[in-house]
Amino acid sequence: MSLYAAMPLWVVLSSMLASVIIFALGEDRRRMRTFINLAAAVIKLILVGIMLAGVARGDQFGVRFALAPGLEFALHADSLTMLLITLSAILWLVTTIYAIGYLEDSPNRARFFGFFSLCVAATMGVASAANLFTFFIFYELLTLSTWPLVVHRGTPKAMRAGSKYLAYTLSGGTVLLIGIIGLHVIAGPLDFVHGGFVTADMAPRSVLVALFVLMLAGTGVKAAFFPLHSWLPAAMVAPAPVSALLHAVAVVKVGIFGVARLVFDVYGLELTAALGMDHLLAGIAAFTILYGSVRALGAVNIKQRLAWSTVSQVSYIGLGIGIGGPLAIVGGLAHLVHQGLMKITLFFCAGNLSEIHEVKNVDQMDGIGWRMPWTMGAFTFAALGMIGVPPIAGFITKWYLGLGGATTGAWWVIGVLVASTLLNAAYFLPMLRRAWFVAPAGGHTDRREAPPSLLVPALVTVLLAVGSGFLAGMPMSPLQWVMLISERFLQ
Amino acid sequence: MLMAAVTALLFGPLLTGLVVYLLPSRRLRDIGPVVLAIGLLGPLWHLGTEVVGAGPLVLALGGHFAPLGIELHVDGLALAMLWLTGIVALAVNVYVSASLPVDAHFPATGFRALWLILWSGLNALFMAADLFNIYVMLELTALAAVSLVVVSRGPEAVSAATRYFLFALAGSLFYLLGVALVYGQTGLLSLRVLETSSWGGPVSLLALGLMTGGLAMKAALFPVHAWLPRAHAVAPSAASAALSALVAMAGAYLIIRLWLGPFAGHWPQALAQGMAALGTAGIVYGSIQALRQSRLKLVIAYSTVAQLGYLLLIFPIASLLAWQGVVYHALSHGLAKAAFFLAAGNIIHLLGNDRLTSLSRRDHRLAGSVMVMALSGISLSGLPPSGGFLGKWWLINAALESGQWWWALAAAAGGLLAAAYVFRVLRHALAEPHPDAARDAPIADNLPRRMFWPPMLLALGAVALGFAGQLLSPVIRIGLPTGVGG
Repeated sequence: MSLYAAMPLWVVLSSMLASVIIFALGEDRRRMRTFINLAAAVIKLILVGIMLAGVARGDQFGVRFALAPGLEFALHADSLTMLLITLSAILWLVTTIYAIGYLEDSPNRARFFGFFSLCVAATMGVASAANLFTFFIFYELLTLSTWPLVVHRGTPKAMRAGSKYLAYTLSGGTVLLIGIIGLHVIAGPLDFVHGGFVTADMAPRSVLVALFVLMLAGTGVKAAFFPLHSWLPAAMVAPAPVSALLHAVAVVKVGIFGVARLVFDVYGLELTAALGMDHLLAGIAAFTILYGSVRALGAVNIKQRLAWSTVSQVSYIGLGIGIGGPLAIVGGLAHLVHQGLMKITLFFCAGNLSEIHEVKNVDQMDGIGWRMPWTMGAFTFAALGMIGVPPIAGFITKWYLGLGGATTGAWWVIGVLVASTLLNAAYFLPMLRRAWFVAPAGGHTDRREAPPSLLVPALVTVLLAVGSGFLAGMPMSPLQWVMLISERFLQ
Repeated sequence: MLMAAVTALLFGPLLTGLVVYLLPSRRLRDIGPVVLAIGLLGPLWHLGTEVVGAGPLVLALGGHFAPLGIELHVDGLALAMLWLTGIVALAVNVYVSASLPVDAHFPATGFRALWLILWSGLNALFMAADLFNIYVMLELTALAAVSLVVVSRGPEAVSAATRYFLFALAGSLFYLLGVALVYGQTGLLSLRVLETSSWGGPVSLLALGLMTGGLAMKAALFPVHAWLPRAHAVAPSAASAALSALVAMAGAYLIIRLWLGPFAGHWPQALAQGMAALGTAGIVYGSIQALRQSRLKLVIAYSTVAQLGYLLLIFPIASLLAWQGVVYHALSHGLAKAAFFLAAGNIIHLLGNDRLTSLSRRDHRLAGSVMVMALSGISLSGLPPSGGFLGKWWLINAALESGQWWWALAAAAGGLLAAAYVFRVLRHALAEPHPDAARDAPIADNLPRRMFWPPMLLALGAVALGFAGQLLSPVIRIGLPTGVGG
């Protein structure tokens, strides 16, 4: 096991170590903490960059050691790993910068940044887990490390949201655990294999279906599938950088990533389809897409509207996986990145609105575009991308999903996409209209933009979102990368 | 050499309890037990290498083997429990060396002597190999344990200790009756000889019932748990740690030994299902009670009632995996629970009370103890990565493998309930200051390092157990009892 091959371990450990150091430093060592935060984020980005180049070349990464007889702690890096890991590494750096600016002078920052790093370590671990056992360890670690972030403010509302979050995710984790151990009993080793390691002759069909449903429910909680979603809109009471991370890379993405692993690498597309589970997944996802959008329409609070939008948007990924077929999978997985970039931008901007101008609800947004043009510019592009306006990232997703539906004969998918696009427009466009075309109420016309530490992250992520749409044809763009993934899965 | 190691474990703490009185300064008296605890790691290591190298040990005091002499027995399980005792004792001794001198009113001498007697008794209990010897050691540990509860004085302590004493006494009586029945029928007391001889019938079942009932009272298994929560809550925190992690566990340990050893095959499967059902009821009851308490130490004490319930899940499954799961559960519970109680002691040391609402003080000195409670809480809830997780994994795996999915559900649901009461505590620590939190001024300025690190290291140990399964699972399989295929 060379140091190079063990790269996934270093990637996980880099943020875990940062977390331990930050806890040990204590509250008052502010400059040192900032330095550790940024250094760890940059180091991780470099490590991930090296790994990305390696995986593209076809290098094998992996590290494994036995935690118990028959239970291995195993990390690897396949193309799917890299999709989530690269996204997280990039977004962690920008979110760290944003969080440092956002939380300036607020209490308990050592605790915040300690768990913040731990949360990223857990995400990295989920992404690079090479078997279900390791996946589960990091999946639960993520729950534990995000809870203190969700309840960070300590208000009764935050505490309630935190308890709801725990109740959902820990119950989901328990269901997932039973599913995984059940699979361990019938299948033995739990290593992910392209095309799946479960075979139809391992157990009666009903057992295979039951275990699939258990694991789908367990991961579906974090992916916020209907009816397991209601923790997500509640969790928006967390500070903006936490919401940004939760909605873009950490929790919901880890959930949907688990669904992807379950379908691609545990059961395999063929067995999933043979058990009829693809229809279940696609059905749940389609319903969640519409349901989340409808609820977003009714949300008055900006962050809450964005949260409902996440419920809806994350299910695009589930829809792509559920439909199966190369094009739909490309569309779905590309959305894992695209949604992350767009949604993190929106949350950064929402944080800026409330930090600088106390704008928290949609009806307070009148004329805000002219008062903070850069922030709202970023917001506008990201929102248009979410709606699916070409050539921003979201359009690419919808295009491939629609094509995928059409080529597999699932024409109803196009109906869902059209309906959802209309709904997206219906809840995003009024915000843009108010921001740019309605005169501010009460004569508030002072122009005050967010400080650079809050603005630059939003601009960076919106540029990435626009770029991954515009430049989707370039090598190493998210779209090209997921095409590579889908080729590998569908061989 | 081996005999010397065993003798040191049996009599070392007892003798130290006497010698410590003779030491000239208080400082030396505080340090003495710490030195002993470190010193005893040597014999433990020696014993460990012997057992791992040569299999389970049977030692006869004075060279007289059963049925005439007194035998001691060290297999993988006993070794694990001895190590747990050694580690918890080390932590408690270090902790006490800093916490006793702080409290001028506290009867330090009495506490130290009782605790050292208890420690010897526990070592003897885990190595005991015959029914009568077990009885004697049970009495010794019970007396020491009850006195440790009352040592903190006050009417509350006296009433809690009285109740504990009555339960312990009744427990001993039941146990002794069972022993008498076994002896009357077979003329044997040695666990080893009983395990290999053919006997049984209704008398053996009655004896098993009596002994199990008696031991359950000592272990505070549901539904005969009523003494534990108050006793463990009023005892000095260092004593609570040892009582919950070791003494209560010792009762459950003996039940498992009896059921899977000399009585293996004597009981019908329905009885085993019933035991596991009682265990599950204990998990649910203890957890719900823990959720309803407003004082930290009561939460932790009820948690012990709940956690002990898992141990009974082994009987209907009775497989190697279940054995690993249960032993691992006992070990990680021991470390985590001791850490939890010591952390509670630290909070009491700083704030003067253990109301949950007091945790919401914005006080950075509390952060370390809250972290300890979080780490040990993760293990208690069976969340990864921790020893508790590995134990729960094995237990669920064993249940599913034997087709008894309902016990898998019980173990899984128990984990969720534990998470509920653990996070309820942590919730208070992370919430905005509660109006009551500022009521009492903190009573101490700082936390001595010797009080901070023992719980922290114990909690980290509980987490580290989650990474040590490969290393330890062969050890806890040494000398398996016949009930799980040994």
